[in-house]
Amino acid sequence: MSYLYKDGAFQSDKWLTIDGDQPVPEGEDVIVSLTLFEEHQHALLTRNSGRLGVHLEAAEQLDAIVPHLDKFDVVSLDFPTFADGRAFSKARWLRDQHGYAGEVRAVGDVRIDQVSHMKRCGIDALLVTHQQTIDSLTDIKDPGLQLYYQPSAIDGETKAGGRAWARRA
Amino acid sequence: MYRYDEFDREFVTSRVAQFRDQVERRVSGELSEDNFKPIRLQNGVYLQLHAYMLRVAIPYGTLNSRQMRMLAHIARTYDRDYGHFTTRQNIQFNWPKLTDIPDILEDLASVEMHAIQTSGNCIRNVTADHFAGASSDEIADPRPYAEILRQWSSNHPEFAFLPRKFKIAVIGAPHDRAAMQFHDIGLEMRRNAAGNLGVAVYIGGGLGRTPMVGKLVNDFVAEEDLLSYVEAILRVYNMNGRRDNKYKARIKILVHETGLDELKQSIDAEFERIRDGVLKLPDADVRSIEAYFAAPKFELLSDRSSLLEAAKADDKSFTRWVDRNVSAHKQSGYGIVTVALKSTGEAPGDASASQMDVLARLGEQYSFDELRISHEQNVILPHVRLDDLKAVYDDLVANGMAAPNAGLITDIIACPGLDYCALATARSIPVAQEIGERFADLDRQNEIGDLKLKISGCINACGHHHVGHIGILGVDRRGEELYQVTLGGSGDEHAAIGEIVGRGFSKDEISGAVETIVDTYLAKRLADDESFLDAYRRIGAAPFKEALYGPVAA
Repeated sequence: MSYLYKDGAFQSDKWLTIDGDQPVPEGEDVIVSLTLFEEHQHALLTRNSGRLGVHLEAAEQLDAIVPHLDKFDVVSLDFPTFADGRAFSKARWLRDQHGYAGEVRAVGDVRIDQVSHMKRCGIDALLVTHQQTIDSLTDIKDPGLQLYYQPSAIDGETKAGGRAWARRA
Repeated sequence: MYRYDEFDREFVTSRVAQFRDQVERRVSGELSEDNFKPIRLQNGVYLQLHAYMLRVAIPYGTLNSRQMRMLAHIARTYDRDYGHFTTRQNIQFNWPKLTDIPDILEDLASVEMHAIQTSGNCIRNVTADHFAGASSDEIADPRPYAEILRQWSSNHPEFAFLPRKFKIAVIGAPHDRAAMQFHDIGLEMRRNAAGNLGVAVYIGGGLGRTPMVGKLVNDFVAEEDLLSYVEAILRVYNMNGRRDNKYKARIKILVHETGLDELKQSIDAEFERIRDGVLKLPDADVRSIEAYFAAPKFELLSDRSSLLEAAKADDKSFTRWVDRNVSAHKQSGYGIVTVALKSTGEAPGDASASQMDVLARLGEQYSFDELRISHEQNVILPHVRLDDLKAVYDDLVANGMAAPNAGLITDIIACPGLDYCALATARSIPVAQEIGERFADLDRQNEIGDLKLKISGCINACGHHHVGHIGILGVDRRGEELYQVTLGGSGDEHAAIGEIVGRGFSKDEISGAVETIVDTYLAKRLADDESFLDAYRRIGAAPFKEALYGPVAA
């Protein structure tokens, strides 16, 4: 079971993830795979009701969804393993290059020790299954550092120290 | 040299606290070894053959005597009284207990040092020319750029989980002493036609199982764009580098498979997108980092020291040491001293705690409190008055560190090999010791002249064998150690990868094979001053093959 963490709290996930060839129900908020989106692009973009999100596997690129970003309320990025960091760059691109303002969600092997990095790359929602990560988030025990040597994709960090690139949470 | 401000201090201290918590969670079992592994690696902690190993960064190889004394203290307190200086300006401690490591990191933090990102698939310790700020051929000191890159890469949220490790080296002189073209990114400082400072950028160099010379991707990136350009490279690599096979995951493979032109287009596009953004370096910030590296207050001295000349006149050993181990300084009346950690029978790069204390004292007394670690595993005293050379030498002799062999055949680079390393397939240190003993005669070493011999105990090439004029690679052949020989490699500005000369040699044969190669060179060289590498480039591998394996059948 996975749980959605957003805006500093766990909350119920209103989004339905569509697996494989499952039909897309009218009226529901759905997250579809990139394959499904590419195959049924027109139908998905012209649904009468229900919001749309898209999920990218780690090896899938942003190119195909970029022209339609304004149609997606959620972009979900897969972290298949702790060591696979591709989605960090994708999140940065969505925020910095494309000015994407919707939800960017981390899905997969989401661990507390990466949460700070995820936030700083512009990820604002986590789908968590790992129990210790759930506990740490509940107890607000983020082991991430509060001082940074890089400007990041998120608001709320202030300039720190004497250098242009230093920031404080 | 660079000094931490409040921000740096707080950053490093909080990183120690973070890791202390992570070690506690590992010990309690909350963190599995699988998930602890990338975390410990990014804090310099390896799990080796016999124990944990801690690799401490010496950013761009520069340290002061207080820091050197702390390294001695750590060796004495938490380890077996010695440390090992590596080929990437780090020091490794081979026997710390995991539960002691947070305390060690705290001790390091107290002298403005850390072990952050000395391993793991992230941006590693940024290295630089170990003669920076001292050599007579320098365009600019590369350390301010290396320090800016060190800061920017520290705990970078986007690049902490790259496809593979990522190494950056910076040089500030046309002569490359840092093997810059064998790094994922190599930066060579230069001035453009207008006289402005910037860097030429090389990408995709590396050693390991697929050695490649770095390729020039941009011949001038302006100083203010340094971080934007490097970030563009990293972003393209992070998204596109291979993750299906760790042996094909370095950026050199991406360059090779994608092609330099196409990859350059992606990098340039990303660079254009971000170059006017938050990473643009304000001039004032660069100058304030640069000020930390301002030259010490040199005395105005003549370039000829009568004290030095007198000492040389009645001490042949001293003269020999000066000739090999003292390099030209940009300031007249000063020299750069290389303390070779390569005495006969010693493991290359190893220094005992008491030797470190001696080095600290010498740095303090004779070199404006500054020391350097070279990628050739030696310690440098960068700013020594020529008048003081004899005193420094006598002190080194008394403490067993006066090997007069810098750049000679016994100034060997070797990885720790099978004696320590979990990855190794053969021993390196005993081979280095054996060759050191075989060529111990100093007259003979000097007759042979400049010759870089480098030994790796496995294909990962930590001992840089590919760029040795003579390279030795230890492999495992059905349970036996076998040593392959490469010839003609070079890690300087005329970068080249050595060619395998033929079938390998057993451990008993290898030092004899090296001797055969050297004898062949001595017989074939045109004059005393034709170096091994020059002779090899002129005559090729054939005479060496014939000497090693007998005449080739027509």
